[in-house]
Amino acid sequence: MSPEVGRAYFGRRYTLSASHRLHTEALSADENRAAYGKCNNPHGHGHNYIVEVLVSGEVDPETGMVMNMVALDAAVQNQVIERFDHTNLNLDILFVNRVPTTENLCRVVFELLKGALRSVELEHVRVEETENNFFECKGN
Amino acid sequence: MVFLTRRATFSASHYYWNGSWTAEKNEQVFGRCANRNGHGHNYTLEVTVAGEPDQVTGFVVDLKWLKDVIEREVLAAWDHRHLNLEVPEFAAPKLGESQLIPTTENLAIEAWKRLEPAVTAAGGAQLSRVRIYETPEIFAEYRGGL
Repeated sequence: MSPEVGRAYFGRRYTLSASHRLHTEALSADENRAAYGKCNNPHGHGHNYIVEVLVSGEVDPETGMVMNMVALDAAVQNQVIERFDHTNLNLDILFVNRVPTTENLCRVVFELLKGALRSVELEHVRVEETENNFFECKGN
Repeated sequence: MVFLTRRATFSASHYYWNGSWTAEKNEQVFGRCANRNGHGHNYTLEVTVAGEPDQVTGFVVDLKWLKDVIEREVLAAWDHRHLNLEVPEFAAPKLGESQLIPTTENLAIEAWKRLEPAVTAAGGAQLSRVRIYETPEIFAEYRGGL
């Protein structure tokens, strides 16, 4: 048996492509333009998003793993990739009442995965919208 | 407190196998990683230390010193090696001991164990985090078990 080592972390990066438009009915057309700039263009635009998922837990002495990567892949595939990849985020029911900024996408992905991952702690979800900007949601 | 990270790369081969399981169970749990002929990766190791910058040098630690520590404590033992066959912490166990499978999680923990005494002995900075990328999409990290 390996000695007690406590918590370790496992991370995995996934990609999905989707379109969105940053626009809210709570603001006037001019205010939307001022708040969101070119992201408010009427027909939307798209990104190749990178979704980084970090989980933590005890390392199982039998497997040497925090969790089996196949199970993590399946959860992300079922909850996130199939739902959002090659879609228009604005049309998803989760974005009916919130603007699909990457902050909100990050939060939505965190909540979807938190409900699906039982045996480990979901530490963070990081969504990279481009190479130069990214957003993180952490548990508690 | 300032966190300073040094990155290093190494290449090694490994396979995943639990000797107390049947071949079928190993293949079911570990998939292609259970191929006993092994396979390899280019690993990236990130070592983060935490401390206050020295008032004279402005350094948390000397990066050349940290590079030497990483090379001496980890790379000298792991780089261009078969982890299961020739690295002591993962090599075939003695009778009655269970083996440590060279998963990315266990690599992060064992790298920490190799680095922590040297960093602590130097005084000043503390080892804060060890992160190992097995591929650009897969990584594990260890923060001392807290």
